[in-house]
Amino acid sequence: MKPISMKVIKPLVFALALVPAVKLAFDALTGGLGADPIEETTHRTGAWTLYILITSLAVTPLRRVTGWNQLIKLRRTIGLFALFYATLHFLTYLVLDLFFYLPEVLEDVFLRPYITVGFTAFVILIVLGATSNARMIKKLGGKRWNSLHRLVYLAGALGVFHFLWLVKADTRRPEILGVTLAALLGTRLFKGRARPVTKFST
Amino acid sequence: MIIKKPADIKSDEITPESVYIDRRKFIGTSAIGLTAAALGSRGSKLLAQDDRQDDELTSFESITTHNNFYEFGTGKGDPSRNAHTLRPRPWTVTVEGAVENPGEYDLDDLLRPHTVQERIYRMRCVEAWSMVIPWQGVPLGDVIARLGPTANANYVEFVTLLDPIQMPGQRRRVIDWPYIEGLRMDEATHPLTILATGLYDRDLLNQNGAPLRLVIPWKYGFKGIKSIVAIRFVERQPINSWKALAPNEYGFFANVNPEVNHPRWSQARERRIGKFRKIRTLPFNGYGDEVAHMYAGMDPRTLY
Repeated sequence: MKPISMKVIKPLVFALALVPAVKLAFDALTGGLGADPIEETTHRTGAWTLYILITSLAVTPLRRVTGWNQLIKLRRTIGLFALFYATLHFLTYLVLDLFFYLPEVLEDVFLRPYITVGFTAFVILIVLGATSNARMIKKLGGKRWNSLHRLVYLAGALGVFHFLWLVKADTRRPEILGVTLAALLGTRLFKGRARPVTKFST
Repeated sequence: MIIKKPADIKSDEITPESVYIDRRKFIGTSAIGLTAAALGSRGSKLLAQDDRQDDELTSFESITTHNNFYEFGTGKGDPSRNAHTLRPRPWTVTVEGAVENPGEYDLDDLLRPHTVQERIYRMRCVEAWSMVIPWQGVPLGDVIARLGPTANANYVEFVTLLDPIQMPGQRRRVIDWPYIEGLRMDEATHPLTILATGLYDRDLLNQNGAPLRLVIPWKYGFKGIKSIVAIRFVERQPINSWKALAPNEYGFFANVNPEVNHPRWSQARERRIGKFRKIRTLPFNGYGDEVAHMYAGMDPRTLY
């Protein structure tokens, strides 16, 4: 691939990833968030965290299938956007929903499993975000950095459970996300084992 | 019971200034709360200071666009988008079971002998949000008295329409359709319990359970079964839909109770739709004086 294409694609991905946030801001200003805007904001930012996180996990399989190695340059950007929406999600909960009401925050984080797992996923994303730059890769060493960043699958799985455990009856969306996540993890595991034999590497 | 008239609704439901002032108050409240927690039970009284504001009517817009009515989809906005397929007239209600006057009643015939009343009630959803709704309807007890339950009628069971064409949400088996709810006879005949036919002086919109729905203001909203096609007088406690789906999370009685948390979330506070801050949830949704006696001697923890 020509280097020029990534120069176009990266800003495009950046802009695309901002669309849900812009839409959210627009709807918030125009009354488009319905009767319970806080709940709607919480749900939207949570859903986009998972969509974008799962998209970031699709980068490597897509790179292998297409042989387009430049794609790897998008992974960090997309991953950081997942952290961005997770942060919006958490702040919506902390500031708008509970308004810093600490007794309930603590009760939630420690006693309510769906929030415990969601919060854990958020902490993982923060750690991964904080170690996502070249300096940290160097500092940790590639191997350790890789092991650490495999936690992204755990964050994804916890995020899916967070979603699954909060819905009352209609579990279709978290189930779809869970299956997608499992499939992406599957391609990694399969590839990991198959590598020495097939060498269909990129 | 709240006796405000619709004329009292303020148009400035969202007041940036008051929200701003509330916030500052709230920081203070939180600080008191933390101190109170440290002080133990004496302090918890401080924490429980009354943060409830007036029960202002929730806007018609919110009441008719924020609905849990899975027969039209599981999103809050789905019913108002999808419920146009429901045909609320002509409507037949089947009355059966342990009752002197069973039969298939045309809805208008069923209601004709009764005078429609206005009742402004708080509505507390099990999901920890709430509204204040001006209903029109008839006391269920009056209807029941005319139907004449026999000695075996210990409970009343209600059934929602089952028709996947009119109710597209029923094409997916999120719930074991049709939706079922039930009340003990003393709850059903309690003067606060009504069969609602309208709100804000208009016929019920389809998304609110047209043409006939139950309203029991001291219970979680899911007890208020919508679009009722059958009323059955039965001897044994009915199995209501949510209890059937998740018996550890939803019970038969489902009285609003801030002391008993949902297994997955707190029931101590609620967000009044249209307001920013959460408020304390009241036992029996604030109707304890009228209804608590019916549950005397029962373990309140079994009443979720």
